[in-house]
Amino acid sequence: MARAVTTQRKIINTTFAWMVGLLIFFPIMWTILTSFKTEATAIADPPVWFFFDWTLDNYRVVQERSDYSRFLWNSIIIAGGSTFMGLLIAIPAAWSMAFVPSKRTKDILLWMLSTKMLPAVGVLYPIYLIFIRFGLLDTRIGLTVVLMFINLPIMVWMLYTYFKEIPGEILEAARMDGAGLREEILYVLTPMALPGIASTVLLNVILAWNEAFWTLNLTAAKAAPLTAFIASYSSPEGLFYAKLSAASTMAIAPILILGWFSQKQLVRGLTFGAVK
Amino acid sequence: MATKASRAAARLMLAPAVILLLGWMLVPLTMTVIFSFKRYLPMRGGDLGWVGFENYVRFVSSSAFWPAVQSTLMIVGGVLLITVVLGVLLAILLDQPMWGQGIVRILVIAPFFVMPTVSALVWKNMFMDPVNGLFAHLWRFFGATPVSWLSEASMPSIILIVSWQWLPFATLILLTAIQSLDSEQLEAAEMDGAPPLSRFIYITLPHLARAITIVVLIQTIFLLAIFAEIFVTTQGAFGTRTLTYLIFQRVLESQNVGLGSAGGVYAIILANILALFLMRIVGKNLDR
Repeated sequence: MARAVTTQRKIINTTFAWMVGLLIFFPIMWTILTSFKTEATAIADPPVWFFFDWTLDNYRVVQERSDYSRFLWNSIIIAGGSTFMGLLIAIPAAWSMAFVPSKRTKDILLWMLSTKMLPAVGVLYPIYLIFIRFGLLDTRIGLTVVLMFINLPIMVWMLYTYFKEIPGEILEAARMDGAGLREEILYVLTPMALPGIASTVLLNVILAWNEAFWTLNLTAAKAAPLTAFIASYSSPEGLFYAKLSAASTMAIAPILILGWFSQKQLVRGLTFGAVK
Repeated sequence: MATKASRAAARLMLAPAVILLLGWMLVPLTMTVIFSFKRYLPMRGGDLGWVGFENYVRFVSSSAFWPAVQSTLMIVGGVLLITVVLGVLLAILLDQPMWGQGIVRILVIAPFFVMPTVSALVWKNMFMDPVNGLFAHLWRFFGATPVSWLSEASMPSIILIVSWQWLPFATLILLTAIQSLDSEQLEAAEMDGAPPLSRFIYITLPHLARAITIVVLIQTIFLLAIFAEIFVTTQGAFGTRTLTYLIFQRVLESQNVGLGSAGGVYAIILANILALFLMRIVGKNLDR
């Protein structure tokens, strides 16, 4: 039987939890608010909260002066491209390990996980050299491939845990009913695997979007995504809080929204299925 | 049953992933190990031949090494302590019945999705700036002298920023674990007159032990590698140079690849020791 909760206790819980939640969210909220202020209001002391002349100027200026959309486009290509390439490699691999396991499946999975733990800085120079040698420095394709490798182990793991949950009996039943391999894949497996693939895509786009070691070290101007764009604000000239906020808001908004949809997958993906 | 043919097909499907990852791991790793035994200065003569373990000795005996180890440990330890303790408390809080639980959870989790360069810059400028930051306003409001956070209290500031980013992760995992706790056990203990604190220590905490271990291990691996947070705030100054940042500086800033590579090998060994523990836990889970 569920415990009866007194209304009074619920009120206390609610108040307390909301206070903590808003406190943690505050820096993000403050950034979003500041992005609509003028530079003068942005640094006003005492701080101005909600009652100011809301303006969209910062967004316009950020776009015009620093060509924001180019960085955005780089981020989209790199995050989307690395996820897509990763899927092409990870789906067959996860599939094969989930449905035709061998004695070594577990070892292979753990080994893949171990490559994820290689500290990036340990291989910084080799990758740098390889990039120079093949003309990949500051190119989108180079960065896309690196981020694909970074996230490939997580992709294989996530897909594996999802595929593993598809009962093999269903496939047998479909085969008994006369389904060929094509029908089996198209009408039975794909619909069942789709939610898992979707969550994998979601988490990987987020991770690739926010990756900030390789994106900072392997790009200069042409292929720089939003992480590098924002980092260029670390040595500012003049008043810039409102513009920094506008640029930040634009950089995090899409991922924040995706992220809220993918909380569950985050647990599954980043703990490699060890916490469910 | 899998037929022989389908087994062969399965191998074939697995092959690209294995071969590519193997290449991704082995090629750069081999290069790093080779460089680490060489005197290699790309800007000053390039490859100057083998030097045995000289780089390994020099990396450890340089005056920057122990401070770097110290600041690495402080950041990792500080962030782990804060995120695990607050994470457990937050998870328990979020598990209580309340109104708007979904929204509160969304608010709490949000920082994890903010890219590291954004969160570091927002904290650095809009909160910790000694003139215009919100903390400075707050300090002045109470008549105190604003603190120049990132230079005077650089370590706590970095720990605060990184903890803010990782608290959501810890909370989310611990919350997931707490939700699988059988509430009847807690009720039984309550009926037997166990006070809240002992219910927490003897029932909730043991149940969370595994999840806490996983949080600690995964976060440690990521925290050892934090880069952007330091890159855009202090650039390693004011005692915030971590091992990762030290290696980065050796390799790209002073262009001493041999020395940096030796540092890289140390970092890889350290990460592998931690990874071993994590894999044991994850591996056990695979068998169930």
